[in-house]
Amino acid sequence: MILRPRLEDVKTIGYYLGKIILGLAFTMLIPVVLGLAFAEINPVLDFIIAFEAALAFGLILIRLCATDKDLSWMQGMIVVSLSWLAAMVLGAIPLYLSGHWKSFLDACFDAMSGFATTGLTLVQNLDHLSYTHNLWRHLIMFIGGQGIVIVALSFFVKGLAGAFKMYVGEARDERIMPNVISTSRFIWMVSMAYLVLGTLALGVTGMLGGMSAMNAFFHGACVFMAAFDTGGFAPQSQNILYYHSSAFEIITVMIMILGAINFKLHYHVWMGNRREIVKNIETITLFVAIMTTFAITAAGLAQTGIYPSAVLLFRKGFYQLVSGQTGTGFQTIYPAQFVLEWSPLGIAGVICAMALGGAVCSTTGAIKMLRVGIIFKAMKEDLKRIMLSERAIITEKFHHIKEVFLEDKQVRSALMITLCYFILYGLGALVGMYYGYPFKDSLFESTSAAANVGLSCGMTGVNMPTGLKLTYIFQMWAGRLEFMSVFTLLGFLVATLKGKR
Amino acid sequence: MSKFLKSLIFIVSLVLFIIYSKFSCAQPVSSADLINRAGQYDFKSVVFEGEVIGDIMRRGDYAWVNVFDGENALGIWTRSDLAGEIKYTGGYKSKGDGIEVTGIFHRACPEHGGDLDIHAQGLRRVAQGRNTQEKINPAKIAQALVLLGVVVLIWILTLLKRK
Repeated sequence: MILRPRLEDVKTIGYYLGKIILGLAFTMLIPVVLGLAFAEINPVLDFIIAFEAALAFGLILIRLCATDKDLSWMQGMIVVSLSWLAAMVLGAIPLYLSGHWKSFLDACFDAMSGFATTGLTLVQNLDHLSYTHNLWRHLIMFIGGQGIVIVALSFFVKGLAGAFKMYVGEARDERIMPNVISTSRFIWMVSMAYLVLGTLALGVTGMLGGMSAMNAFFHGACVFMAAFDTGGFAPQSQNILYYHSSAFEIITVMIMILGAINFKLHYHVWMGNRREIVKNIETITLFVAIMTTFAITAAGLAQTGIYPSAVLLFRKGFYQLVSGQTGTGFQTIYPAQFVLEWSPLGIAGVICAMALGGAVCSTTGAIKMLRVGIIFKAMKEDLKRIMLSERAIITEKFHHIKEVFLEDKQVRSALMITLCYFILYGLGALVGMYYGYPFKDSLFESTSAAANVGLSCGMTGVNMPTGLKLTYIFQMWAGRLEFMSVFTLLGFLVATLKGKR
Repeated sequence: MSKFLKSLIFIVSLVLFIIYSKFSCAQPVSSADLINRAGQYDFKSVVFEGEVIGDIMRRGDYAWVNVFDGENALGIWTRSDLAGEIKYTGGYKSKGDGIEVTGIFHRACPEHGGDLDIHAQGLRRVAQGRNTQEKINPAKIAQALVLLGVVVLIWILTLLKRK
């Protein structure tokens, strides 16, 4: 029997949602400071309006739903899924006010794309967008990549016992430090350290490439945030092609791979345990996946012969592939080139890479390497059962920070999430085909949205049907949160409508 | 010279001038056309027109200029002295110079890592850019003030409730 949620449940959810919205509101002051420095008055006003709206909304929720109760698992999951929707709407306000988005839905699309670190965009005339708004586009990737709730946990929430439930709800099931607040702070510390180094590297490269110092470092910071958080937005409409620089491409590949690695692995490497890189099941699977999908892509590109030498084929093919595998979405080719110049085999390689993704507890989306590794280990175990003597005791183990024996529970969980992703990829492809797009294009764009990648073959655009925009928003949201908190919210809504008192 | 002969020479000159103009100045090609039919234009001379955006990135005797034609921006590889023509580049507070580039189009440039680009042979400014003045939007100020009032009101109500 389904029970209708109590008023107390709604109040607890509202209270913690209000707190997270307050946290989000204060992040809007960062672009305000930059806007004042650049004397961009209208953009500053856009952010003040959005800040005040978020502040008012958060305060009203806290005031109306005041409670001292801690979160249950269900409430924690619902807070997370609603936080992401609230972040999308509130984060879209300054974007829409800028006049560079045709409708509020388009601004919501980009806000969700940013927070979910996808990178698909509906912005218009990006090359004339203010520094203030451009910073926000990249900052929301940085915030979303670490996790909106993690931001609130790190800076605005003290001693909350229910924090772990929200942390898990945001698709991070691994605790690096003994408590979740310290884990959140560690994730921020790692990200900030890399932010400084990455911005320096990209800024200096930009200057050497002929950019002005101010633009080089501004672009460096923005591109770093988009690369490390595997987002894929860039300050200019040409994306990474704007820089015409192989050094810039090499550095962004390195940052994308760093972003696709588990934060727990970062922690162990920082603590001096460098051997973990070569032993960990995720890094091994990631390496094998990149090599396999690149072999497919390269074979496809060689068929077409558009790149006259192996070096050019490698540079273009490998870049788009790593960008897809890590879930970043940076491009050094124009979206239409995927469809018009790449062979179906080349595109299939990139789709596979996008569908697989990076490591768990990283900033990437998609199925993820730990699950892929576990599924292959389970297949190997089952194969051994058939091949070896019936009396043989067969166990399979894998190395992920420590030696772990493979259990059915892990396999079931990995297969369940994998199945959910395949359904989500297929769902978006079906909707795309319903609107008249070809199968190949629909599957490419759908996988890119659901796996939070951001590579585009040209389908995503202002004139895309509203139904498809809404589908991609749903895919980006559900894909980023890895389904559980979204399913819990849907269950909560069903219980509200059909549950017994 | 008879009046008839003068008129004939004038008409013939006019026709020749029109024919010359028609064939000597190729029509600009759009970025969408270049991207969508890249194979047809590959290694051919094209004319591309648009607004200069972002930085002019000088690399020794050459420079990269990115030109936006309203749909896409394309990279133009040009001699530095030709790029010297450009005074304004487009951004939030500026409209870039409009330029017309004549050059060789590459769908996968062998010299530049397979980039889709144009190597300029000629570049001329066809429209002058300018710095744009930002006009403060009074409606935004009004909205900000109203919302400030709402936030203060909620804050006061919260404080009163606590007391």
